[in-house]
Amino acid sequence: MDEIKDRLLKPSKATHEDQRGKFISYLSIGLIAVLVISILVFITIHGLAMFTQNGMKISDFLFKTDWNPGKKLIGALPMIVTSFGVTLLSALIATPFAIAVALFMTEFAPKRGAKFLQVIIELLVGIPSVIYGLIGLAIVVPAVRTIYGGTGFGILAGAIVLFVMVLPTITSLTVDSLKAVPRHYRQASLALGATRWQTIYKVILRAATPGILTAVVFGMARAFGEALAVQMVIGNAAMLPQNLTSPSATLTSQLTMGIGNTIMGTLPNNALWSLALLLLIMSLVFNLVVKLIARKGRIK
Amino acid sequence: MDTFIAPTNLELAIETKNLEVIYGDNQAVFDSSLEFPRHKITAIIGASGSGKSTYLRSLNRMHDKSVTVNGQIIYRSVDINQPKINEYEVRKQIGMVFQRPNPFAKSIRNNITFALKKNGITDSRVLEERIETSLKEAALWDEVKDDLDKSALELSGGQQQRLCIARSLSLRPDILLMDEPASALDPISTEKVEATMRKLRKDYTIIIVTHNMQQASRVSDYTAFFHQGRVIEFNRTQDVFQTPHVKMTEDYISGNFG
Repeated sequence: MDEIKDRLLKPSKATHEDQRGKFISYLSIGLIAVLVISILVFITIHGLAMFTQNGMKISDFLFKTDWNPGKKLIGALPMIVTSFGVTLLSALIATPFAIAVALFMTEFAPKRGAKFLQVIIELLVGIPSVIYGLIGLAIVVPAVRTIYGGTGFGILAGAIVLFVMVLPTITSLTVDSLKAVPRHYRQASLALGATRWQTIYKVILRAATPGILTAVVFGMARAFGEALAVQMVIGNAAMLPQNLTSPSATLTSQLTMGIGNTIMGTLPNNALWSLALLLLIMSLVFNLVVKLIARKGRIK
Repeated sequence: MDTFIAPTNLELAIETKNLEVIYGDNQAVFDSSLEFPRHKITAIIGASGSGKSTYLRSLNRMHDKSVTVNGQIIYRSVDINQPKINEYEVRKQIGMVFQRPNPFAKSIRNNITFALKKNGITDSRVLEERIETSLKEAALWDEVKDDLDKSALELSGGQQQRLCIARSLSLRPDILLMDEPASALDPISTEKVEATMRKLRKDYTIIIVTHNMQQASRVSDYTAFFHQGRVIEFNRTQDVFQTPHVKMTEDYISGNFG
């Protein structure tokens, strides 16, 4: 009996394991925290160099429209406008489709159909972005050219390619949020004589709204950050877009195009770092928006 | 507030002294001192929100890291409510059965052997013997002995709960804490669980939280009545139910509140 009392008072193998596990997890967290912080600090320092070392004005960077860092013209507005343009447009097209597909998968499709769609969506996520770009270049750009004239490169082509790329992201997150709607909501609504459509429209979609909004914002974050595929169909002219089919450039495409042709520490290079900082800030904003939606939208 | 706590004069399995449980700004249990006699069934009754489950969960340190528990919990003349106590060893000696049957999504066999294997018991003869005795003690053996490899989730609710009891017994604990073990079960399953408890009293000390007063009077030897986080009355069950000392206990038992 005293043996048990003894065991109560002494650490055992289990408590040692506990300690070791705790140590390992804290260590991992610490490493990741250091990594994230150093990335943030690194990009911030480089991103601000243009304003601190080269004496450029932040307002010029944000609001001027001429981009030619070699000649001290650092107006990034064209890229900012184009980035937001392709992002918003692609999310606008993708959202209704995503909701429709998600509703089909969760509410209508027989189990097998839903599984099949799931596989297809996962496949879409896995396709490398260069392939999307290639298809965009081979099919979307000529199609836009034939229908609207011009070169075919531009925001419209970019948005169409991005639409296909963000569709699976938005769809699968929407499916998750629809699945999270408790079954008894459906039953309660149906038992009150509501039709299936009324139930979906007024009860299920309402309950899933925060999740769907989060899905859309995640999709937008993905679209905003996508570089390669967009770069292939956007036209890569750092000019304020005149319309949806005029060649332009996004923050990301400008970065990938330019980074190989500049020398570290020079103004053109620093200007690109500033674009990177802007991208980073935007992705933080997207994250923040997701958090806000999650908090505000929670049904009380 | 009037209270009446009868001394037991029996060998104790566990006792609390001035125990209080605090959730953030909310105190759920106040200054509770109770003695639990060895090899008896003690029922804790009280309305919803009276702190009875919270009190029970503090006995095997299930509140660790989430809420503050002050006061003493004396077990084997050690105060186990101290940071230096090995809480894992505490829980091996003081098992728990929860309100809803919560078997693992494993076979019946593996549900029982889970804890044993984690404790380094791998001798298959010992394991087989433990499976059989635990299931027999929980009165489930006859129903499942032929399909021990069936998933525990295929069992009925009542069978699952008895499996959970067997699972707790596999470690040969001293004390079994039961948190409304029959409230999710139908009357027939409830009766089986109660019969199991009566049988277990021989070898184990059982503390059961229940909001079913008939159940408390049917199975328990001692009864503690909790109200708003305080022990109002503690006595032998028949005394609590037939000649309660405190007006509030009487009101509760006769259904005048709660």
